Amino acid sequence: MTDITEIQENASRSQWWDVWDQFKSHRGALIGAGFFLIIVFGVTFGPWLWTIDPTYIDIRARNQGPSFAHPFGTDQLGRDTLARMIKGGQTSMSVGLVAMALALFLGTFIGVVAGFFKKLDGPLMRLTDLFLALPLLPLLLVMVMLFRDTLSSIFGPEMGIFVLMVTAIGITSWMPTARIVRGDVLAIKEREFVLAARSIGTSNQKMIMRHILPNVLSPIMVSATLGIANAIITESALSFLGLGFPPDFPTWGRLLFDSVDYLQQYPERVMWPGLAISFTVLAVNYVGDGLRDALDPRIRGR
Amino acid sequence: MNLKATLLGAAAAFAMAPMAMAERGSDGHVNIIYWQAPSLMNPYLSGGTKDLEAASLVIEPLARYDETGAIVPWLVDTVPTVENGGVAEDLTSITWTLSEGLLWSDGTPVTSADVRFSWEYCTAEGGGCAQSEKYNDVTDVEIVDDRTVIVHFGISKPFPYGPFVGAQSPIIQASQFADCLGAAAPSCTDANFSPIGTGPFTVTDFRPNDVISLEANQNYRDANLPAFSSVTFKGGGDATAAGRAVLETGEFDYAWNLQLAPDVLANMQSAGQGQIVSGFGTLVERIMVNMTDVNPDLGEERGTAAHPHPFLTDRDVRQALSMAIDRALLTEIGYGDAGRPSCNVLPAPAIYASTANDGCLVQDIAGANALLDAAGWERGSDGVRERDGVRLSMLYQTSTNAVRQDFQALIKQWWSEIGVETELRNLDASVFFGGDPASPDTFQKFFADVEMYANNFDGTDPESYMANWACEQAPRPETQWQGNNMPRFCSEEYDALVAEMSTTGDINERARLAKAMNDMLMQEYVIIPLVDRGRVSAHSNTLGGVILNTWDSELWNAADWHRLSN
Amino acid sequence: MLNFTIRRLLLAIPTLLFISLIIFLLLTLAPGDPTANLPLSIPPEVKQQIRESLGLGQAWYIRFVLWVKAFYITEPLYLIESLTGWDVYGDQQRVLSWQFRSPVMDIVTQRLPQTLWVVGLAYLVGALIAVPIGIISAYRQYSMFDQIGTFVSMIGFSVPTFFTGVLLIVIFSVWMPLDSFFWLPSIYDTTLEVTNWETFVKQVRQMILPVTVLALFNAAQISRFMRASMLDNLNQDYVRTARAKGLSEKTVVFVHVLRNSMIPVVTVIALGVPQVFGGAIITEQVFKVNGLGQLLITAIQASDIPTVQTLTVIFAALIIFFNLIADILYGVLDPRIRYD
Repeated sequence: MTDITEIQENASRSQWWDVWDQFKSHRGALIGAGFFLIIVFGVTFGPWLWTIDPTYIDIRARNQGPSFAHPFGTDQLGRDTLARMIKGGQTSMSVGLVAMALALFLGTFIGVVAGFFKKLDGPLMRLTDLFLALPLLPLLLVMVMLFRDTLSSIFGPEMGIFVLMVTAIGITSWMPTARIVRGDVLAIKEREFVLAARSIGTSNQKMIMRHILPNVLSPIMVSATLGIANAIITESALSFLGLGFPPDFPTWGRLLFDSVDYLQQYPERVMWPGLAISFTVLAVNYVGDGLRDALDPRIRGR
Repeated sequence: MNLKATLLGAAAAFAMAPMAMAERGSDGHVNIIYWQAPSLMNPYLSGGTKDLEAASLVIEPLARYDETGAIVPWLVDTVPTVENGGVAEDLTSITWTLSEGLLWSDGTPVTSADVRFSWEYCTAEGGGCAQSEKYNDVTDVEIVDDRTVIVHFGISKPFPYGPFVGAQSPIIQASQFADCLGAAAPSCTDANFSPIGTGPFTVTDFRPNDVISLEANQNYRDANLPAFSSVTFKGGGDATAAGRAVLETGEFDYAWNLQLAPDVLANMQSAGQGQIVSGFGTLVERIMVNMTDVNPDLGEERGTAAHPHPFLTDRDVRQALSMAIDRALLTEIGYGDAGRPSCNVLPAPAIYASTANDGCLVQDIAGANALLDAAGWERGSDGVRERDGVRLSMLYQTSTNAVRQDFQALIKQWWSEIGVETELRNLDASVFFGGDPASPDTFQKFFADVEMYANNFDGTDPESYMANWACEQAPRPETQWQGNNMPRFCSEEYDALVAEMSTTGDINERARLAKAMNDMLMQEYVIIPLVDRGRVSAHSNTLGGVILNTWDSELWNAADWHRLSN
Repeated sequence: MLNFTIRRLLLAIPTLLFISLIIFLLLTLAPGDPTANLPLSIPPEVKQQIRESLGLGQAWYIRFVLWVKAFYITEPLYLIESLTGWDVYGDQQRVLSWQFRSPVMDIVTQRLPQTLWVVGLAYLVGALIAVPIGIISAYRQYSMFDQIGTFVSMIGFSVPTFFTGVLLIVIFSVWMPLDSFFWLPSIYDTTLEVTNWETFVKQVRQMILPVTVLALFNAAQISRFMRASMLDNLNQDYVRTARAKGLSEKTVVFVHVLRNSMIPVVTVIALGVPQVFGGAIITEQVFKVNGLGQLLITAIQASDIPTVQTLTVIFAALIIFFNLIADILYGVLDPRIRYD
């Protein structure tokens, strides 16, 4: 990790090539990345390829198994499951990724600052305690009550709810990341290389960006993987309670939740969203693994 | 599922039961599961259905409703009427006489002082009695002798069976609750958790919101009953799990209120462990149409009569909304055999049920389109109709519930076929049905164009229910947004009918008035009824004596429950 | 370290009071109504009387002060009295639930055993299997064991408990014949008292399903952090030095690497332990365990503010306490970390 500092500006391009080379040699990461891209392409361009309206109800075709007309079958109202999976994926993927990114950013920022600056440690950690203690449901009820109408008038109804959901999930799930990052930073800042860097007059900002952050990358990566799954499931719980997207707005979590009642009769209905969520999380996990290895110069050399 | 065969089977089982008559406690243990857990055993302090029904195993009223809705004597020998002289000619008093030899479960006699005390308890200042409406207009409960009380009303009461009738107003023991009047009510934890009663069972262990253990009441009035020596009353979970525990795993004997999709239920029943029972009451799933403008720009005056709704005040639009709905399909998908398409907001008892509106049973999209065309609502380029710059675009809200969300999706599609655009919203039930005036999302504030929920009334008399749609019942800022007239419907003619009914004693005349009010609401289309919802419960194949009662507690005849040998 | 601990414990009191205030404001502000669950046939003016009888007529700050007094003064006094028999409590108002009209703390003590049994055991089992899995996965990175471990733990975390719970119930309670040895109950019997071998077996059987579901979820999370942290440390210079010194592989891994890798794992576990007391809302609901999680969620749904407030503040106290323990453990694991 120390050698990152030695890298000159003009050499940085070749460093990223090194990272890419290492990443490429990681089979799991490549498969994961490929899979992730397929899902992203699928949910983005799917509606052009599969043109059935996900909210269209064909009541005579309800509860059908997979067929040529409906490859994933239909639900209890005769809506096409494939179309709903595609539409649901757009929401779930974007909520999952954005909320995770927000939580990760907040968590890492607060964790690093608290761990690095002794003065801020106390207040920031008490803030973390407060957020950990806040009961989620009443907090969300209040947020919805206060901000739903304001946000929908600024961003429009769908985007407004998206912003609300992402913020709600983000600000209620950064705390574990913050505590974990802080714990690691506390230990790392006492290491010899940090002392060495300090003795040559490295500024705090550079110290954090070049020496501290690269060393807490692995727990952050794990948090990211777990965070996506968490965000997708939380979103479905919130929408179910009426705190999120309108009820006819499919998401993966919601599809999973709705189909649990039909587990015995139509098991395939649980399978599609369950598999989609699991594989997305797995893909992100392998990409995270690959990135971690690729960014570690000691492994890269091997 | 073949409901008729199920019901016949249950009836046959019941008919054979007396032959197997055993002595008290000979049938061992019975397990009951309610997916909403009871939090108190005192219906006066906690009015939730789950609490009422759990308490009905222990404490009982003087008379109650049977499965047909008729009033039957319970702790008395006869139900007082004008004919038998029990109700005064001028309808201002009713005389109840307790049965001979009634004992509380602690062995002390039940006296008229206990009856009077029950009234005092519920009407005491600061007690927050949930059932105080049952004692409206009661001026005194006079003790004549140990077994006789006269309930005096301040006005003439055409329907004097409010106090002490039905699971909502049982008799509680005066000596146990003597120190619990008014503001002291919450301090009596022991009494509220395990009241002394006259019912077939007594509480041995009460764990709020979890489980109740009960055993047979050794002083129950029939020496051979109840057949079960002990009861476990488990609460919690969800309807699916409760149904599964009775119908599929066989761990429990009775599951309450299984609001599940019909095919899920049918699949559970096919496991062969138990049976589904259903019965109809007065519960109607309906759509309320908002007659006021809820535009947020109106600020304080949003949703008040000062601003009529831009298009829902047009009767043609409301009628078209109703015509576009296929009630039979909704029933089939949402409730199966436990629902009936309904065109009335007052579907039962039979004497009050109108037949004037049955045309709504047939969906008529073409007719609805024609009606809107004739009224000058033209389709725009996006298929949504508009007139004079007003677009038929609505917000449709309801509480969170799988069946309601399916209904929303279906109705949205039908309305889009007649050129009405709908945005859906679902709200958590504790917010939607809450009366918090600070929340914009309550069903009373109704800051949406249409909303859907179900409602019914206690017992069999619709007077106060039909009075819900009087002008003064409209929720508005002056009433802290309380009130039952969600559509803010206001008609002098309707108010006159309400006033007339409150002074009319003759049952046929009352029926005529109630029907007239129902028809007026239906033909104005301010309320769009959808489904007459039955109650669905399930019991195991080995549990006999279950008679589902939608007019009173479901556990009303638990004393007669017994174990069938396979 | 002792100074630090005392200072933090003292600081915890104002922190807790502040958190109480924030939670109280949040709950007061939240839309919701204790009479929302009553049948619609109960008229609005009666509902208003009920709200007033619950004390909702008073201003929020009065209700807050009353709650603070009842929770921070009366309840500890009551606890002292019931433990020692000294007459210190008198008959002051305790914290009363709006749903049960009885003291919240009594219900909490009633619920604690089943929550500790099920959720606590699940956490313990989860942590005990996660740590070795994490160590082996890291030590033999990209081996078969690691690949399978990754797969299982990712599935375990990304498939929510409302699904795994129902799936296990369908397999072990519905499909399995009732008289089979593998049949397991789908409904947890909270009244069961373990008095002999037979009841003990019954207790074990009814705990298997909920504990499995929760342990899988917990293990997934902890093992990922364990693995990542081990991987970081296995490549450090000091490991090479230790090996070069000729230390046995066992000593290198279990003494040097493991100790240095424990910091994030300690954090995760310290975050998780208070959650044991918070109960597992969904799993408790699925198996009808009716522990503290179920108490909290039903109280939230019923807008039972005193109960929600009391539970969350107890929860907050546990969070503060276990975070303090984590901070102390950091110092033990890595003596270079100093707080003074």
